[in-house]
Parts: sequence; structure tokens; C-alpha cells
Amino acid sequence: MIHLVWLVPFLPLLGFLVNGLGRRYLSRSLAGIIGSGAVLAAFVVSLLIFLDVVKQPEEWTGQVVTLFDFISAGTLHIPFAFQVDQLSALFLLIITGVGSLIHIYSTSYMHDETSEGFARYFAYLNLFVFSMLILVLGANYVMMFIGWEGVGLCSYLLIGYWFKNTNYGNAAKKAFIMNRIGDLGFLLGIFTMIVAFGSVSFSEVADKAAVLGPNNNTIAIIALLLFVGAAGKSAQIPLYTWLPDAMAGPTPVSALIHAATMVTAGIYMIARSNMLYTLAPCIQTVVAVIGLATAVLAATIALKQDDIKKVLAYSTVSQLGYMFLALGVGAYTTAVFHVMTHAFFKALLFLGSGSVIHAMGGEQDIKKMGGLKKYMPVTHVTFLIGCLAIAGIPGLSGFFSKDEILAHTFVSNKLMYAISLLTALMTAFYMFRLYFITFTGKFRGTHEQEHHLHESPAAMTIPLIVLAILSVIGGYVGLPEVFGMGNKLEEYMAPIFKLSAPFAHVHEHLSHNTEWLLMALSSVLVIITIFFARSQFRNYEDNGEVRTGLAKVLENKWYVDELYDAIIVKPLGLLSKFFEDAIEKSGIDRLVNGAGRLVHWGSQQARLLQNGQVGFYIFAMVIGMVVLFVIGFLFK
Amino acid sequence: MILIWMLCILLAGGILCWLAAQRQPLLARWIALITVSADLLIACWLFPVYQAFPDNSSWFINYQANWIPALGVSFHVALDGFSHILLLLTYFLGILAVLCSWKEVRERTGFYFFNLLWTLAGISGVFIAMDLFLFYFCWEIMLIPMFLLIILWGDVRRHYAAYKFFLFTQAGSLLMLLAILALYFIHGQQTGNYTFDYFALLQTALTPSTAMWTMLGFLIAFVIKLPAVPFHNWLPDAHGEAPTAGSLLLAGLLLKTGAYGIIRFVLPIFPQAAADIAPWMILIGVAGIIYGALLAFSQTDLKRLIAYTSVSHMGFVLVGVFSFSSIAMQGVVMQILTHGLSTGALFLMAGMLKERLHTRDITKMGGLWTSMPRLGGMAILLTMASAGLPALGNFIAEFFILLGTFSNNPVLSIIATLGLILSAVYSLRMMQKVFMGPLISTVPVVDLSARELIILTALSISIVVLGLFPQPVIDTVHHLSTIHPLLHE
Repeated sequence: MIHLVWLVPFLPLLGFLVNGLGRRYLSRSLAGIIGSGAVLAAFVVSLLIFLDVVKQPEEWTGQVVTLFDFISAGTLHIPFAFQVDQLSALFLLIITGVGSLIHIYSTSYMHDETSEGFARYFAYLNLFVFSMLILVLGANYVMMFIGWEGVGLCSYLLIGYWFKNTNYGNAAKKAFIMNRIGDLGFLLGIFTMIVAFGSVSFSEVADKAAVLGPNNNTIAIIALLLFVGAAGKSAQIPLYTWLPDAMAGPTPVSALIHAATMVTAGIYMIARSNMLYTLAPCIQTVVAVIGLATAVLAATIALKQDDIKKVLAYSTVSQLGYMFLALGVGAYTTAVFHVMTHAFFKALLFLGSGSVIHAMGGEQDIKKMGGLKKYMPVTHVTFLIGCLAIAGIPGLSGFFSKDEILAHTFVSNKLMYAISLLTALMTAFYMFRLYFITFTGKFRGTHEQEHHLHESPAAMTIPLIVLAILSVIGGYVGLPEVFGMGNKLEEYMAPIFKLSAPFAHVHEHLSHNTEWLLMALSSVLVIITIFFARSQFRNYEDNGEVRTGLAKVLENKWYVDELYDAIIVKPLGLLSKFFEDAIEKSGIDRLVNGAGRLVHWGSQQARLLQNGQVGFYIFAMVIGMVVLFVIGFLFK
Repeated sequence: MILIWMLCILLAGGILCWLAAQRQPLLARWIALITVSADLLIACWLFPVYQAFPDNSSWFINYQANWIPALGVSFHVALDGFSHILLLLTYFLGILAVLCSWKEVRERTGFYFFNLLWTLAGISGVFIAMDLFLFYFCWEIMLIPMFLLIILWGDVRRHYAAYKFFLFTQAGSLLMLLAILALYFIHGQQTGNYTFDYFALLQTALTPSTAMWTMLGFLIAFVIKLPAVPFHNWLPDAHGEAPTAGSLLLAGLLLKTGAYGIIRFVLPIFPQAAADIAPWMILIGVAGIIYGALLAFSQTDLKRLIAYTSVSHMGFVLVGVFSFSSIAMQGVVMQILTHGLSTGALFLMAGMLKERLHTRDITKMGGLWTSMPRLGGMAILLTMASAGLPALGNFIAEFFILLGTFSNNPVLSIIATLGLILSAVYSLRMMQKVFMGPLISTVPVVDLSARELIILTALSISIVVLGLFPQPVIDTVHHLSTIHPLLHE
């Protein structure tokens, strides 16, 4: 099955082409079936591949399937090749699995669109899945880069899907450009890699880096540059501000691209390059610190947001920060584990919010919601499960992955542990603030909205239920060792990180008692936080108070957007204007026009001798030249 | 001999167009189409000939005939892989230029197609001439019909634009003529053999200072054509005012003759002088990348905007050529090809919009996706190509150029990379102003016609194919790594 891996990206590509080219002719249901069917089929193939990978013997470290020679210039060879191994197989499952659910959900959610728009939407979504699959399947950094920029384009197209709205267009533009800044780091990383190692294939780069050994400057530079790329794609400081704006896109898009898959590409990249990072501990520290800082910053902002999708967006940024923290402390498997569980519960939460927005007729402000649980029972229960999972209630998926991150951080640095625990509590608080304001208390919207409140159709609720189930059980693949059953995920992923393991800084092992203690501590604190949130927001009334002080700063996201605008966007525009006015128009143009006037004056004088059309003279000249040419040629 | 035929077909076709149009104006466009298609077929037919050559570094077609023996002028034309690719590009874009003029040109059609074909003939001549006199001759031939195209069929400010174009390029040509003569006489004095032959002049020994001055004569002519900052000023005006086919030929082909000249003449004839001036040229190239991109950002005239993006992209060419890295050189050839295709396509798009909306002002556009979804879809692909998205041809070009430069000049390479961010900024701005947002124009517009769809599809497919399978091009120009002693892998 592994040699058929090209089918996985090919199917969504086919879906994209059919829907994209036929978007004016396809009916809505047909476009939906093609779009969802392509991804579903890709999921089936991915599942078969995954089963193949699981069956492989322990020493199997992956297989490279080469399709054709992409670039071969001098000593540089870049094949168009796919790498199938434990890491990519797992990501295939997440992408196509969650992707299928979201496609199915979309067929219902987007039903108000025109059939042209509907097919266009599915075409974009398929193209996204295709690019994302190229990103995780590529066997070298250039292939990864192709997918990397491809998903950026799709994200742009989907954020700006409702193209008539200028604000959405601006959000899309911002996302693309911020991603581009990160991509630049990635690109320079690739250049450095080629200069240093003469190769871009994952295995060769890792092997050659291992020869250079730890604390090598070149490796550190490459690792840092790649991290810049990761920070752009995965919305870390300082390149995170595009992600909350990206919520302008349709909600299923936010669920798939801006929560479950694309934004985790940075984590995938670093896990894939684990050798480089393990060899550069200083850069690992940078990754951990940036991740933690992003986690805290985003969590504080989420505390005071009133837009249901904005809260979820900042929570995504914060959770991504968590994953980078895990990578930074060397817990690669744990980061991948959290990618997986997060994909389940965050997709669930976003789709749940989509269901709410759908029922509310497009309203996103939670101050105008309330008491929805009696109107939409399925959405309510599944959303609650999502909240419990992300808050880290024992037994749900988020608990296991988050707890593992906390445990690894505890071993590595106690201060970081304390901060990340605090962030976990903030997470529980803002999620349950969101939950209680939205689903409990009195309905605060208009009567018309109340009249229209309804549970969403099956195409939307079934994906919610499936994701809710996954959010509950998804954590059991990575049970901590203290449970005495062996960590399945750790065993499965071990071959990927085997080569870099000898270089890793070995921490003392946590005793089982400490581990139990940490688990209990975080669980108790989270539960207390949830009850605190309940007491605050169970009967929330919107009394129209205007926030002041710190609350206002948080509501305005620490004014980071305004800062970027003032120090980057505006000066660039001014510089462009300055060049246009001062150099082009009054500089070069004036000089040239002066010369032109001189010629004009000269021709005025010449006109006294001959008057006629300049065009004709020039033409006569050409004819003369050609006659000369012909004569010369014939009578050579 | 086949090369002569290609030129003659174009020249004769041009005259035929003119004559035919006297009787039946619509006949001219068919003659033009057939003429250029014939040349494209011949150029394609040369593929097997080229493949049959065991060593693809050689001149697989070489034809020489006496012309003016007294002066040492011969009719020497030759073809290697590099020139062959450029000929293919010339005829491919030539066909599209004829097609895009199909309905746009309604007056003096015969003379119009005459000029169009003669420009193409001049350009083909430039790409195959191996005699410096002949080269100069063709260089002038392509200029004059182009000037006429702008001044007779251009937009409102066409006179200003045409004269500016003429003045700039003519100033450059004059310097080049002086340099060619200097080379001719120096070589003649040294060997007693007065000749304009390229291969003979390659052997000329020059003192460093003469070499520098003579090279500058060539180089200035070429960088004006390219154009490099600060000689770029004619471009936005010429592009803005030229008819659509004129813009297409300007962007797609005329600019490329500058790049071709540098690679074919400046580097091999003046290796040392070129190496001495290289750091400055890279600097100018990087400045052009950033400057062009920044200016593109503040344009409101769609065609001027695209023109400034050309300035930015051509900066990459200059950087690539003078970084003396063979991978960058291959990138330059890719850039010549893909920029010709993608920017040509953008100009065609601008022409199509202007035909419908009667304006080039992007502030008066907006929301056109609703009425023109097909053009919108194409536009996304083309703007993304311009922004250097991977899997599209332009990415390979810029990737190679930056990579080649990175290994010997990391700092300037990093600055040049910033051009990629700026290109995203201006590309998306263009996309948004024209196609996104609320519908502004009240003029009802229709989506692409079948003819327009064919034109843009052909270009889009070429861009994608070059992006995914660049290897044939890379192999074809591999031998360019021997043209300069400093070139390295």
C-alpha cells in the first residue's frame, strides 16, 4: 500500500480540478459529493497506509517513494518524492480524517451559497488538503516548502472566500504576508542547508548534521531559520496576529485550517527536524521560551474576548504555544500527541461554534447569546465535551497530552512549569467563561433570533458527535507510563526520534509519586477554576459596562496590531509614496523630460527644413536599411 | 540556413500583411497568425536536431555567409540551447500577441501586423546573430517597429511614452555601437583581421581599462533594456501607453534581449571587467528588486503597476548573472522564460480589463470576481506566479538565483529575499483592488471569450509545467556555466 501513497494527495487534487474547472456547471450536491468524496477516499487510503506502517518491524524507519526528478542542477538533486513513515502516516490520518468530517459538515454549513460559490469553496478546501498532504509527505525540505506555501495560498483564498467584504480581504492579505515573512526564514534555512550539507533530503540532512555534532553554529542557524518559518505558520510571537483575523473565513475553514491542521505545520516541521534541534540546545531554549510566552500572551487576550471565534482563535494560538514548549524541552512525541488531541477537540469546538453561529443567523458576539443549551442539545453536549477536553479534565484526551507537556516542562525547568500551569488554568477559565455565557443563563439576542434557534441538521451534528467521541478517547493512545500499560504513541513514534535521542540532554526521570502529584495538582486546580468560572458567568447579564485598565488592554489584544501598523505598515507605504513622488516624478522624470524638451526644440528647428511625419521618416529609414541588407546579401 | 528562413518568413509575412490589408483588412491577422505559427513549428522541429547532438553545449546550428566582406561583416547566425529556448519563447508569445490584437486593433491593421512581425523578426535576429554588426542591425530593427506600435496604436499619452522609450534605448544603442566599433578596431589592429564575428572577437586581448570602457558601452545598452534602476524610467510609460500586444512583447521579449546581451556578450568578451564590476551590478540588481517592488505598491495604474513588478523581477536577473554561480545562471534563464510568460499574461489581463472597463485605474475597479470568475481564477494563478509561489515556474527561477547568490554573497541575497515579501504585498493588493471587494464599476462586463480563455490558459499551463518540470530547461542551458571563468557550481 505504501507505494500507492501518491493517491493520497492525488485524490484531493482531482477534486480541486473537477470542482474548480466545473464550478459553473456543477450542482451544489454534486460539488459537495465530489469535494467530500475525494477527501474521504484519501482518508481510506491513508488508513490502509497507516495500518501498513504499524505492521512494519521495529527497525523500519520509513520508505521514500520517488515520483520523478524535480530539480537536478550540478551537485544539487531534489527529487519529487514522498516519505512514508510513522510521523507522516499519523499526520495523514489527522488531516484526511478531520478533513473528511469538516468537508461533510461544510456541505450543510455552506448551503446558503450560490452553486458557483459552493463549488469554489470545495475546490479551495480540496486544494488545501492537497497542499497540506504535500507538506507532510514531502521527503525533503523543498517539497515541504511547496506544500508550506501552498497551504498559505489556500488559507488566503479561504479567509477571503467572501470576497465582497473588504475587511475579510484585508485579513486574508495579512495572513498571507505574515506567513510569507516566516516563509522567508524557512527559505533561508534551506539555502543554508544546501550550502552546508549539499542536500535537502530529511535523512541526509539529519545524517550530516549528526556528524557535525552538538553545538555547531551552522546547525543552530539552520534550526533558528526554520523556526522563523514555523513561527509564521503556527502563529507564534511575533507573527501570531494573523490567526485571530483569519477567523473572517467560513467557520469550517477555521476549524480545519486555522485550528486542526495547517497551523500545526510548524510543529510537524520541528518534529521532522528533531535532529537539528536536539543538536542545537540553545535554539531549543528559544523555541521553548517563545512557545511559552505565546501561550501566556494569547491566553490573557482570550480572557476578555467577546467574539466566540476570537476566543477559540486565541486559545488555538495559546495551545500551539504549548506544543512549541513541548518541542523546546525535547518532548517531540508529546508535541505530536498534543497536535493530535488538539485537532480533535479544537475542530470540535470550532464546528460547535459554527453550529451556534448558524443557529444565531450569523451572530458571533457571545454577549448576545445565552441559554442555548435547551435549543441545541447536541451542539451543547459536544461543545461541553470539547471544553472539558481542552481544560484538561482527567480522562479526556486533552488531559493526557497537556499533562505530559506539563510533566516534561517540570523536569526541565520549574519556573516554566509554574507559568505553563498558570496558562492551563487561564485556559480552563476562558473556555468555561465562553461555555457558560453561551449556553447557560437567559437568551439575550433578539426575538427574531430566538424564534429561529434550532439544532443543526445531521450533516453538521454527526461530525460533532464523531469529534466528541475522539476528544474523549483520543488520549488513550498516549497513556502516561505511571498507568502501567505502556505509552502506545511513544512506542509507535520511537523510530522517528531514535537517531537524535543519543544527543539529547538527559533529564532525571520523574518518580511515579511526583508524577501522580503533578497530575492531581493540575486536575484539582482546573476543577476549582471551572467552578469559579461557573459562579461568575452562569447567569451572565450584559450590562454594557465599558472595560477599563488592564481589561481594556486585553480586549484590545495588548495593542500589538496597532504597534505593527505604526512601525511597519505605515512606514512602508510612506516610503513607497516618497519614492514615487520624490525620485520617480520629480527626479528621473524631470531629467528625462528636460532631455526630451531639448530634442523637441531641436526637432522644431529641423522642421524648418523638412516638414512631414516623424513616423514616416523612421519608416523610410528602415526600408532603406532593409534594401541595403538585401542588396548586400544578394551580391555578396 | 533554416535560421535565415525563420527571419525571412517573418519579414515577408509582415510585408504580405501590409499588402493584403489594402484589399481585405481582416486578412492581415490570419496571415500574421500563420506566419508566426510557421516559425514556432520550425523552432519546435529543431528539437530533434538539438537532441541528436551528443554534446549539448555546442552550437548545433551554425550558418555563415558573406555580407559586406570589405568591412568584415558576415551574415553569421547560430543557435545553441539558450538561443533556442529564447526563440521558442519569442514565437510562442508572438502568436499570443497576434491573437490578443485580433479585435483590439481596428485601424491600419495591415501596417500594425507589419510592425508586429518585424519586431518579432528583429528580436529573433538578436537572439541568433553571431556577428556584432548583424546583432546591432537587428537590435535597431526591433526598436523602430516597436516605437511605431506605441506611437500609432498607443493610449492617450502615447507620444510622450514612445519618444521616451526611443530616447532611452537609442542612447544605449549609440554607446553599444561605439563599443562594437572599438572592439572591431582593437581586434583588427591586433590581428590584422578586421571582422565583426562574435567568435573572433571573443579572443580579443584588452587592457583592463579599455576592457572596462568598452564593456560599459555594451552593459549600459543592456541594462537600459533590462531595465535596471536607475535606467528603468522609460518602462512604466512605455508599458502604460503601448497597445496590449506591445506591452506583451516589451515585457516578454524586449526586456529579455538585455539579459541575453549581458550573458552572451558582456560576460564572455570581458571576463575580467565583468568580474570587477560584479559587486556593483549585484547591488544595482538588489536595489532594483526592492525599489521596483516598493513602487509597484503605490501605483494605481494597473499597467504601470505591472511594469514596476518587471523592474523588480529583472533585478533578480542582474543579481543572478553577476553572482557567477552556475545555478544562479540557470535560474536567470528560468526567470527570463517565466517572467516573460507570467508578466506577459498579466499585461494581457490588464488589456482585457481595459477593453471592458475603458480604464487602467485600479481604484475604479473592484469586485470583478462576480462578473468575471474565469478571469479571476486565472488572475490568482498569475499573481501567485508573480509572487513566486512554489510549483510555479517563477519560484524555480528565484530560488535558483537566490541560492546561487547566497553562497557567495549572503547579505545581499538576504536583502533580495525581502523582495519576495514585497512581491506578495503588491500582488495581493492588485488582486484585491481588481477582483475583491464590493463591485465598483457600473459598466456591465462579460467574462472571458473563448479566444481570451485559450490565450490565458496556454500561458497558465506553461507556467505550471515549468514550475513542476524545470529540468529540461536546466539541462538545455547547462553549458552556460562555461561562459565565464569564474562560474562555479
